[in-house]
Amino acid sequence: MTTGELALHQAHAVPPRGWLRWLTTTNHKDIGTMYLVFSLAMFFVGGLMILLVRAELFRPGLQLMEPELFNQLIGVHALVMIFMALMPAATGFANWMIPLMIGAPDMALPRLNNWSFWLLPPAATLLLMPFVLALFGVGTGAVGTGWTLYAPLSVQDGMGMDFAIFAIHLLGISSVMGSINIIVTILNLRAPGMTLMKLPLFAWGWLLTAFMLVAVIPVLAGAVTMLLTDRHFGTHFFNAGGGGDPILFQHLFWFFGHPEVYIVLFPVWGFTPHILSAFARKPVYGYRAQVYAFWVIGVLSVIVWGHHIMTSGLSTAGLLYFMYSTMAISLPLSVLFFCWIATLWRGAMTFEAPMLFALGMIVLFGVGGLTGLVLADAAADAQYHHSYFVVAHFHYTLFAGGIMGIMAGAYFWLPKMTGHLYSEKLAQWHFWLTAVAFNLTFLPQFFLGLAGMPRRIPDYALQFADFNWVSSVGAFFLGAAQLLFLVNVVKCIRGGPPAGDKPWEGAQGLEWTLPSPPPRHTFQTRPVGE
Amino acid sequence: MSVKFPLLLAALAAAAPHSARAEWAWNFPAPVTPLALDTLHVHNTFMAIALAIFVVVFAIMLYSIFTHRKSRGMEPATFTRPSTAAQVFWTTIPFLVFAFIDFILMGIPAYHSVVVMEDTRSDADMVVKVTGSQWKWQYEYPEEGIRFVSALATTPEQIADRAAKGEHYLLEVDHPLVLPVGKKVRILLTSTDVIHTWWVPQFGAKRDAIPGFIRETWARIERPGTYRGQCAELCGKGHGFMPVVVQAVAEPEYRLWVARQKGEQAAQAAGAERVWSRDELMKQGETVYGKVCAVCHQAQGQGIPGAFPALAGSKVVNGPALDRQGRLVKDGHLDRVMNGKPGTAMQAFKATLSDSEIAGVVTYERNSFGNKMGDAVQPAQVKALR
Amino acid sequence: MSDESYYVPHSSPYPAALAGALFLLVLGFILRINGHGVGIGFMAAGGAAAIYVVARWFGSVVAETQGGVFHPWEDRSFRWGMAWFIASEVMFFAAFFGTLFYLRNISVPALEQTELLWPGYQGGWPTSGPAGQPFTPMAAWGVPALNTLILLSSGVTVTWAHWGLLKNRRNQLIAGLALTVALGLAFLGFQAYEYRHAYTELGLTLGAGVYGATFFMLTGFHGLHVTIGAVALSAILGRAVKGHFTPEDHFGFEGAAWYWHFVDVVWLMLFVFVYWL
Ligand code: HEA
Ligand code: HEA
Ligand code: HEC
Ligand code: CUA
Ligand SMILES: [Cu+2]
Repeated sequence: MTTGELALHQAHAVPPRGWLRWLTTTNHKDIGTMYLVFSLAMFFVGGLMILLVRAELFRPGLQLMEPELFNQLIGVHALVMIFMALMPAATGFANWMIPLMIGAPDMALPRLNNWSFWLLPPAATLLLMPFVLALFGVGTGAVGTGWTLYAPLSVQDGMGMDFAIFAIHLLGISSVMGSINIIVTILNLRAPGMTLMKLPLFAWGWLLTAFMLVAVIPVLAGAVTMLLTDRHFGTHFFNAGGGGDPILFQHLFWFFGHPEVYIVLFPVWGFTPHILSAFARKPVYGYRAQVYAFWVIGVLSVIVWGHHIMTSGLSTAGLLYFMYSTMAISLPLSVLFFCWIATLWRGAMTFEAPMLFALGMIVLFGVGGLTGLVLADAAADAQYHHSYFVVAHFHYTLFAGGIMGIMAGAYFWLPKMTGHLYSEKLAQWHFWLTAVAFNLTFLPQFFLGLAGMPRRIPDYALQFADFNWVSSVGAFFLGAAQLLFLVNVVKCIRGGPPAGDKPWEGAQGLEWTLPSPPPRHTFQTRPVGE
Repeated sequence: MSVKFPLLLAALAAAAPHSARAEWAWNFPAPVTPLALDTLHVHNTFMAIALAIFVVVFAIMLYSIFTHRKSRGMEPATFTRPSTAAQVFWTTIPFLVFAFIDFILMGIPAYHSVVVMEDTRSDADMVVKVTGSQWKWQYEYPEEGIRFVSALATTPEQIADRAAKGEHYLLEVDHPLVLPVGKKVRILLTSTDVIHTWWVPQFGAKRDAIPGFIRETWARIERPGTYRGQCAELCGKGHGFMPVVVQAVAEPEYRLWVARQKGEQAAQAAGAERVWSRDELMKQGETVYGKVCAVCHQAQGQGIPGAFPALAGSKVVNGPALDRQGRLVKDGHLDRVMNGKPGTAMQAFKATLSDSEIAGVVTYERNSFGNKMGDAVQPAQVKALR
Repeated sequence: MSDESYYVPHSSPYPAALAGALFLLVLGFILRINGHGVGIGFMAAGGAAAIYVVARWFGSVVAETQGGVFHPWEDRSFRWGMAWFIASEVMFFAAFFGTLFYLRNISVPALEQTELLWPGYQGGWPTSGPAGQPFTPMAAWGVPALNTLILLSSGVTVTWAHWGLLKNRRNQLIAGLALTVALGLAFLGFQAYEYRHAYTELGLTLGAGVYGATFFMLTGFHGLHVTIGAVALSAILGRAVKGHFTPEDHFGFEGAAWYWHFVDVVWLMLFVFVYWL
């Protein structure tokens, strides 16, 4: 093909229709949509699993399932929620919004982008398939070690473990490729005049997320690879008899695992100021401070992993080091909180759903973050560790910080993405039900943990009965509340009042200058900068 | 909705467990060791500080939310960063306050309690070795030569809701750890299979038991009583059923207990010397099987396909136990039971079972579930193979 | 087409097809290692499909490059992309080097002091652990030193080829690339010999405790990367023969060369930390 021919071909290329369009698309908006839809579906899958668990925990005694299945459900719940609901949702927004925000025509490497997405469904299939295989008598079900996959339990585990290992490999490739794409897009395809210090905070949040992903996902890949060889090829990485150490796996896992918690929240923290500023009708406060805080958190994130293994027998010096370095993270986070509140200060606020979710996220994540700080205390952590206190902590961060943050983003950008307004009334219900049910579910878990209830147990002593009952009831309300979101999203995609270019009075940024929904190809030529 | 909602709640409340045992506890259970007391103290301090920060930070935010709203006719300000010296001052202050809180207010007491927690050795009066195995604890008093296994005493019927649950449901064992009050006990931890975590909340002691390594913690119990905890690290299907029960008694009582244990263990050792009858072995074996093996291989030896092999009709069980010279047959029945199979859940039971128990359970398996080997293994034979 | 426009590739079936192929490949592998024979079939189908798809995918990118649709900024995207990919590979190897460090300096010394469980264990390095079999470690100054020399020379030859490309001396480019590929293959040959020697004569296997495990994992993954690099360079060689590159525009060459240098550096680290020290 000559240059001319190819260009012509390009210009007239009509995307295939039907499912082939989605399978083969290289368009960042299509791919973003697929990420978001996938994420929503997986959120319900992960939620359904944990509802079964909460039903089992409704009262003492084993009623619904064998302990094996229980262990599988909690671990797969966590993997699904983190890797297939939260992370893809953030990537979906990145795909949709970053090119629009920075004036790029698309992601820098569109085919790679498509590949990143299409690795997810196979990974999800691998993770969930053992449940189905077990029904047919093949294997013993899915991975049964919890999401942390600690050796040697994971060396002993059945075939589900191998499925999980390779699911993680595919997810890892997907994340790394997605991150490379985002880094390259941000570094290389900004509109002229958009210097790094003019980058929207969402892009900054994602840039740091992508850096962290590139740094830590390969380490997780290495760790599970060693697990695989320990299981099947006779190595002794995690076996003392051969000179190995089970704790080595924990170090490797948490070297990934701790940054991972910021990986899932940075994108949210990135767009939170956009939302606050839009609904306070006031510019973002402390842009620079927030960028620096991102950097500081990003760097600190890879040196504090030991706070997850404080009962594993670290040296005293190790305990103190990990304790103080972990505490240090509260300082850059206090900068973020300060900037968020200062963005609201003396604004003219209104409280549409995105704003409500953003504010709810801030308050509830505050609870999660402050209890995280308490957990960092190495001596008291001996009491908290592996108790429900930790479970409560990380749902306040992951659900309130992560999922509620994502909901804020979803309501914020749905009108832009679909061209329609969602139902505000339904959304308000969604928020209030979620906020109440969430606390009903997880607040009691703090007290359960303090009273000494270990996590990951399918049955519990009688003194834990009352709080567990409350928590289970809360979980079902929480699940039901999410159905409102589903309804609202579907309705919004189907139709609704037109959104206009800029549905939010105070919203700022390049993306709000485009029509809603934006045309399939935006910024085909380089936009002229300010 | 408005009518159905209370109805639904009422229905849920009716279904809820109304047990006299259930209690609404809001903090750590009462500490009984200096370590637990210290931990409770830092915990309370930290929680109070966290709560105070929460209240202050979100009071400011709530104030803003209630006053700076459009419906009250606010005109939005336009500031984007601290511009005057005074503003810089007012933004630096909270940062410094937080740094002070982190590293002084919280950091110093935490430092103190970490040092206390890690000091397992100085002035230790005695040592107890704790070994976790799926899913029971083995306790050993090296100085006294005492050793026993402590397993869940709650019955499967109670767990399956087919029998009434007792007061200490899931937190009761057949053979608790007995410790003297007022003594500093150094607790060494290890495991035979996967990682377990030994945890008694009222001691403030929680430490992992890691296969192939020794970890340690300590306890100086100040009040006699029975203290209950659980394994805290996911260790497979029985993780929720691996309680820790410690009985703290006064020194003289403890001495008595030690003497009794020594007597029992001597009797057991003597038992290994004599020749046991088939019936005796079968009876002993049935007890051991029910207590130890049935969790995996199931009551009727049918196993769980894919996870735990059936013993009924198993080639191993129906193969030789010992060769003619009385040596172990590699991967034979006795070898499997004594040495386990590394990398699987089948552990080396020679570490946790006595000679007569092993002899009994092997004999029992060879002659139950439809297996008809007709032979028996004697405790003395097992002893010779250790 | 104005110079201010971007090139956005149109729909492509390859990415999704590659994902599907990888799914089959790993599914087959999982089934195989768990004793289900059908796995082999899945693996073969998935592997073949993956190779085919990758070839087609890269083929289409090459066609676009030759069609001249790319502008400087797309070229820059490829460069950045490759650089960050290599960064992720660095972290992958870092995990294994970190493991080696941990095992040598933390795990084995701790086991030496665990008299209660491993009485009489001497430890030291190399070791196959307290319950391990005896073995002979791999000596640094035989085949490994030779391999170091080979890889270092291959680093020189790619650079020489690059100079040829920059000065538009096509023969030098082709000769340099061919030499590099040949050196890469020689390296792999020696490594295969070394592995055989280890398994048959030294008792040094994957199962030889932590020494064997780290030795084979590190050198094995490195060998895999040499293989990938050699394949990439061969493809570049083929394109060079077809006259694809110009002194100004040759990202394909550079990408492969960077990768080769990266593999080189990893080897140096390996030589020092695995064989020598
Ligand atoms: C998105 C997820 C997320 C986030 C953001 C965090 C944030 C933090 N986490 Fe959390 N954490 C998890 C997810 C997360 N965590 C998960 C999943 C686990 C369990 C994993 C498992 O075992 O399965 C866990 C477990 C965990 C542990 C281990 C507990 C144990 O197992 O024993 C610890 C211990 O230090 C910890 C600490 C922290 C700290 C200090 C922060 C900090 O980043 C928090 C910082 C935030 C604040 C401090 C609040 C806001 C700030 C202010 C209001 C300003 C003023 C405050 C001060 C200066 C004090 N976390
Ligand atoms: C992003 C991460 C994320 C999210 C969003 C959630 C969401 C939820 N989690 Fe999860 N959870 C984890 C991450 C997450 N979790 C992790 C990392 C662990 C640790 C695992 C381990 O130990 O290895 C864990 C473990 C964990 C436990 C501890 C299990 C144990 O230790 O034994 C519990 C127990 O209550 C729990 C509960 C819940 C509940 C009730 C929700 C709810 O928020 C879910 C709400 C959503 C739904 C319910 C789905 C929506 C609705 C439907 C499907 C429709 C049908 C429903 C009705 C009609 C009612 N989670
Ligand atoms: C924690 C679970 C568990 C417990 C408890 C357990 N086993 Fe096993 N057992 C296994 C597993 C898993 C295997 C399969 C090992 C393998 O892969 O070969 C096994 C294998 C065996 C075999 C070989 C069967 C065959 O056909 O391969 C015998 C005999 C046996 N166990 C006896 C016992 C006895 C006796 C006890 C109690 C004293 C016991 N087991 C307790 C898990 C357990
Ligand atoms: Cu042992 Cu959990
Ligand atoms: Cu962490």
